[in-house]
Amino acid sequence: MITHLRPALVMIVLMTIITGLAYPLAMTGLAGALFPHQAAGSLVQRDNKVIGSSLIGQNFSGASYFHSRPSATTAPDPSDSAKTVAAPYNAANSSGSNLGPTAKALVERVKDDVVKLKLENPEGVVPVDLVTTSGSGLDPDVSPRAAMFQVPRVARARGLPEATVAALVTAHTQGRLLGLLGEPRVNVLALNLALDDIGK
Amino acid sequence: MTFNGWIQIALFCAIVIAMTRPLGGFLTSLATGGRNFLSPVLGGVERGVYTLCGVRAGDEQGWVGYATAMLIFKVMGFLLAYGVLRAQTLLPLNPDGQGAITPDLAYNTAISFLTNTNWQSYGGESTMSYATQMVALTVQNFMSAAAGIAIAMAFVRGFSRRSAKSIGNFWVDLTRVTLYALIPLCVVVTLFLVWQGVPQTLGGAVEVTTLEGAKQIIAVGPVASQEAIKMLGTNGGGFFNANSAHPFENPTALVDMVQMISIFSLGAALTNMFGRMVGSERQGWAIFAAMGLLFLAGVTVTYWAEAAGNPVLTALGVDGGMGNMEGKEVRFGIVQSALFTTVTTDASCGAVNSMIESFMPLGGMVAMVNMMLGELIFGGVGSGLYGFLLFAIVAVFVAGLMVGRTPEFLGKKIEAKEIKMTMLAILCLPLVMLGFTAIAVVVEAGTSALSASGPHGFSEALYAYVSAAANNGSAFAGVSANAPFWNTTLGIGMMIGRFFVIIPALAIAGSMAAKKAVPPSAGTFPTDGPMFVGLAIGVILIVGGLTFFPALALGPIVEHLALAAGQLF
Repeated sequence: MITHLRPALVMIVLMTIITGLAYPLAMTGLAGALFPHQAAGSLVQRDNKVIGSSLIGQNFSGASYFHSRPSATTAPDPSDSAKTVAAPYNAANSSGSNLGPTAKALVERVKDDVVKLKLENPEGVVPVDLVTTSGSGLDPDVSPRAAMFQVPRVARARGLPEATVAALVTAHTQGRLLGLLGEPRVNVLALNLALDDIGK
Repeated sequence: MTFNGWIQIALFCAIVIAMTRPLGGFLTSLATGGRNFLSPVLGGVERGVYTLCGVRAGDEQGWVGYATAMLIFKVMGFLLAYGVLRAQTLLPLNPDGQGAITPDLAYNTAISFLTNTNWQSYGGESTMSYATQMVALTVQNFMSAAAGIAIAMAFVRGFSRRSAKSIGNFWVDLTRVTLYALIPLCVVVTLFLVWQGVPQTLGGAVEVTTLEGAKQIIAVGPVASQEAIKMLGTNGGGFFNANSAHPFENPTALVDMVQMISIFSLGAALTNMFGRMVGSERQGWAIFAAMGLLFLAGVTVTYWAEAAGNPVLTALGVDGGMGNMEGKEVRFGIVQSALFTTVTTDASCGAVNSMIESFMPLGGMVAMVNMMLGELIFGGVGSGLYGFLLFAIVAVFVAGLMVGRTPEFLGKKIEAKEIKMTMLAILCLPLVMLGFTAIAVVVEAGTSALSASGPHGFSEALYAYVSAAANNGSAFAGVSANAPFWNTTLGIGMMIGRFFVIIPALAIAGSMAAKKAVPPSAGTFPTDGPMFVGLAIGVILIVGGLTFFPALALGPIVEHLALAAGQLF
């Protein structure tokens, strides 16, 4: 047993140096040299100001922007740090709702959201991703149908023809990779940036 | 369920199958001490490690020596990880000013990463500094994976050797697996991940002003380097709280596919290594087939359950055509979420790309069953292979009883000692899983942490202890487990689940290696054909699965029936 002490001690120190310091630090250097944009978090700039990351969803509440999916992220309550308050798209504390399929809280929340969405677009059928929270609470995408569902509201708020806004959604719809992997989606931040550029 | 969905699943299967032989051959060269294409580059480092450690590469250990070396190494690893966690506020590389970590959380986290479980009672981006993530957690990701593969190699030597006193050298196996397999694979995967959008930086969180003028703080960090080993080592501990659902851990459908392949790749390759080392690759493919069939059954049920959607929401006028999207990301959709969940619970990975607690009752049940069977459907790297071989021993024992002969496996007689050790390893899991769940659902310290009531609340507690003892690490994450009761009991569960399997497995390896080979005769049960595959699956489901049926009936099954009746909790 004593004979194992030296190898155990030296091994954990060596492996910590190799896998815990050399490996991540070398990767950081290499990643920064080869892919500086991605390594820093795929940040998006407008007018020389960083306005977000193309991979991280943002909370949109105004009528003139396309809305992201509901988000279950929270933040510490400023008045009582033991509690949390809702803080959608808090990218410093990713989280899903963790509500089970038979949770009353889930069904109540969806019921309220359906009512609100029906007011915006009485003809459309509410797509499920617009009333469900994502796993991370930071989903940057909505489904193409969820974007199309919002076209009448956005067009009204901006005084644009619906066809113009719908064409923008189509232009920003990404298909499956090679027509095969993943699901069709629309990046909400990119779509809203393009929306702001109309008429500029 | 869509045609495209099945094509994505088929593509995944095809790639895993295609990688099994080449990777298996490479692992065999590591286990048998041969040179490989990396030896000219890394051979010097390997010899340097042995010199500094005072290890002679040719000195082999018996099973007691091998197990002792492994345990002492684990103790050292625990002390280092616990120390770094507790000293977080004193160490550098903490740009976001993460606070101190409580003793019970540090204990739970150190055990969790040490045992390849990676249960996380904390949220990464709000708790752990970059130094902690690298020095405490990434190191254990490598070491627990390398130790798992090393033990699998020692276990296989028990079958491949005749009248031998030793089963290998733990230090050599550990070093060779880390240097030649894990680090090179991780370097390639890390660069791929960064290219696709996974951050890799030592800079602190980025504060931005959103389009609507709100402040958003975006946590970043050295994510990609940890992500690579998290998958390849079937560890599963996320850099961020949302794990592989977080767009920074898993930004695209392509990354998602590569992550799933990474989880299975080494576990699948080890079946081939087993075949090569015992002299017949068919033996390896038979194991692969049994694992593969259990995997396909799981993914089919999960995909079906999730694609069908939640009838309660559809009744509210929602278009459920996309399926059950609560807790899932749009870029992955139903099929990649269902596939990932099956893969991560088959292998004892525990990374998640969607929140399993929000799965339909039967979808979540598949995840639980996968873990209850003992993580042997490809399984954790190394642990999956020796876990499966324990059940294979039971299968040939049952076959031997049926024809009234002393059972033998690969020319070795299976006797009382091996069966006792096998049953010890197999039975400790249900004891921990069900015993702790029973306690947690009756004491106040247990129930107060549950976020759901009714059967789903029971499932939350059951899932936690099943995940801990199976060394998986995924969760029904609504449970507030960062409390002394949960941290302590889950930590105990993880240790029992790891070491009460490893030590009997090594004991079996030792006694098998010492046996003489019996030439096959007309009465030998062939272990490389469909009969064996069917028998092994049967034994796994009956011995491993049936124990849990009453518990499943109280949780997901009754929830499924309640949902059909429209009852909410």
